[in-house]
Amino acid sequence: MAEPITSWRSGPGSSWGNLLHYSHRVVPLTHRFAALPDSSPLLAYGNGRSYGDVCLNQDGVLLATRGLDRFIAFDSVSGVIECEAGVLLNDLIELTLPYGWFPPVTPGTGFVTLGGAIANDVHGKNHHRVGSFCNHVLEFELQRSDGTVLRCTPEENREWFCATAGGLGLTGLIRRVRLQLRPVPGPWLGGDSRRFRSLGEFFELDRVSGGNYEYTVAWLDCATGKSHLGRGVYMRGNHVPGREPVKSRLPVRLPLTPPFSLINGLTRNFLNQAYFHRPAAEQSAARWHYQSFFYPLDGILELNRMFGPKGFFQYQCVIPEAVAERSLTEIFERIAGSGERSFLAVLKMFGRIPPLGMMSFPRPGATLALDFPNHGARTLALLEALDAITVAAGGAVYPAKDARMSQDSFQQYFPNWRQFKAYVDPAFSSSLWRRVTQ
Amino acid sequence: MRRILIMGATSAIAEATAREFARRGDALFLVGRSAERLQAIAADLKLRGATAAECHVLDARGMDRFPALVDSAAEVLGGLDTALIAHGTLSDQAACEASVETMMQEFATNALSAMALCTLLANRFAAQRHGTIAVISSVAGDRGRQSNYVYGSAKAALSAFTSGMRQRLHSQGVRMVTIKPGFVDTPMTVAFRKGVLWASPATAARYIVRAMIKGTPVLYVPWFWRPVMAIIRAVPEFIFQRLRL
Repeated sequence: MAEPITSWRSGPGSSWGNLLHYSHRVVPLTHRFAALPDSSPLLAYGNGRSYGDVCLNQDGVLLATRGLDRFIAFDSVSGVIECEAGVLLNDLIELTLPYGWFPPVTPGTGFVTLGGAIANDVHGKNHHRVGSFCNHVLEFELQRSDGTVLRCTPEENREWFCATAGGLGLTGLIRRVRLQLRPVPGPWLGGDSRRFRSLGEFFELDRVSGGNYEYTVAWLDCATGKSHLGRGVYMRGNHVPGREPVKSRLPVRLPLTPPFSLINGLTRNFLNQAYFHRPAAEQSAARWHYQSFFYPLDGILELNRMFGPKGFFQYQCVIPEAVAERSLTEIFERIAGSGERSFLAVLKMFGRIPPLGMMSFPRPGATLALDFPNHGARTLALLEALDAITVAAGGAVYPAKDARMSQDSFQQYFPNWRQFKAYVDPAFSSSLWRRVTQ
Repeated sequence: MRRILIMGATSAIAEATAREFARRGDALFLVGRSAERLQAIAADLKLRGATAAECHVLDARGMDRFPALVDSAAEVLGGLDTALIAHGTLSDQAACEASVETMMQEFATNALSAMALCTLLANRFAAQRHGTIAVISSVAGDRGRQSNYVYGSAKAALSAFTSGMRQRLHSQGVRMVTIKPGFVDTPMTVAFRKGVLWASPATAARYIVRAMIKGTPVLYVPWFWRPVMAIIRAVPEFIFQRLRL
């Protein structure tokens, strides 16, 4: 068959930040019984929802895994589901929620594949209670380029399990996944939402909430002005009973990338202030459908296009708790002094449950996620400065959202990387991996 | 609940269509060449709601075994009222030009085997006086083009054959649906550059199921291929022969 160099209609070759446009040879995988193509470097590409170059492989091969989207088995009594690794979290929920089962951990979008969730050991708003995604993976199948297929569980082939959990897709192809779901009474979440005026208030709210609420997260006001610094809205919730609404909302599309960014000082200030001051920001008995609670931005498909043709950078770091307030303040001040502005900021406290992955990102402390429209060198300089603060604090930056961190920073954030290297499949690589290790 | 035979069930369009039927709780009889792939698809379809999903391994060129196949489907599902014939290969045009044998094989796979199966199904459905047969033809059958006229002429044969059969069966309560996909993003078309004209298998499947339920005679997927192909058919041959389509 011809060797196609192609941009797959729905994506392989690009990532969510719209920053990088590389050429790849895309090989769609259509079933889980095939051998790997005999070429390199290979990299699995799921649904392209990571932001930078962790899912890209410039001038290499992308194994498009969305064709591996079959369910294999589901036990509605024990809540164990087995499926191919290209199944989306949304599709899984559609199947299991009617039986009262829900993913144990979900990131901020339902459009991720299970393979991607393992490779990035993703976390959610319940990290303080249940840890990250791979803490709930019972088993997966890892296909290596030498032809071996490893069945990995936290006991069997444990070292391969731990290398692949959060292993950025570098240890081979994850083909099949068995996952323990969590029981839920229905699609609804109940809780409340509170405004806070400072970081100190945030930490206080979080300290009293973590024990009573499974899901906690804070949104930070990104409008300009000193009075806005560190204020935001704290949301907390638990699963509560209730029936599925009859009518589900249809997603809105953003079919084209506008020629310029829709995000500017005006829209950012307006939207952030409106969000902070809207009446629902202070609600004592809130009730959310799981889609609006977990995936508020999934209602607009291709939302990433609003940043225009140049795309945007995400920056997500974790700062150890002891220095969190000081370092976060430093980060906010550095951003305020830079002329660059984040459009959206989310703050969450990670808990103490250790991840299984040797390269996993989550660790105890405060995690802050920001996104910046791409203004070239100015934006990159700011992110370098933020890295200096994160490194000094002994924190880390999330590779799934990164497109620019330096080798030095990466190697300080992930001191296990040398040990991890022994597990990287010789035929696998990624643009990110080459960037931070060569 | 429909009782559905799907020929070529491991193809991307057939699998996506089967998922739509599974969601509706229909019973499925899946025919394809690879046992392990059929079994993986069957397990998935059952979890998605199919009342039954049975597998049958058969190469579409084994036409002498079609009578047994149809009997087996009807027996296993407890009757048969719907069929989707979706097997096919996107012929290598250059190889077909170089070899008479290859050309005839491709024609047999894409046209004759589907016509053989249609004949058996039509007789069964006519006897029971109800049923729906859907056949995946192609826009490539609307006019022969130098880039793939072997594939195209096989699909043209299929389109003409199903058109005639539709007339014959109309008064007997049997529906015949000719499906003409344009560009669908499947493994068959992996070598092509993809643009805005491409549809996903899931989108194509929704249109196909709707057409099969309504008994639409000819379905272009997506719809805009109907006017596009009308224009292409209208180009006079003395001009068409000079084009590089």
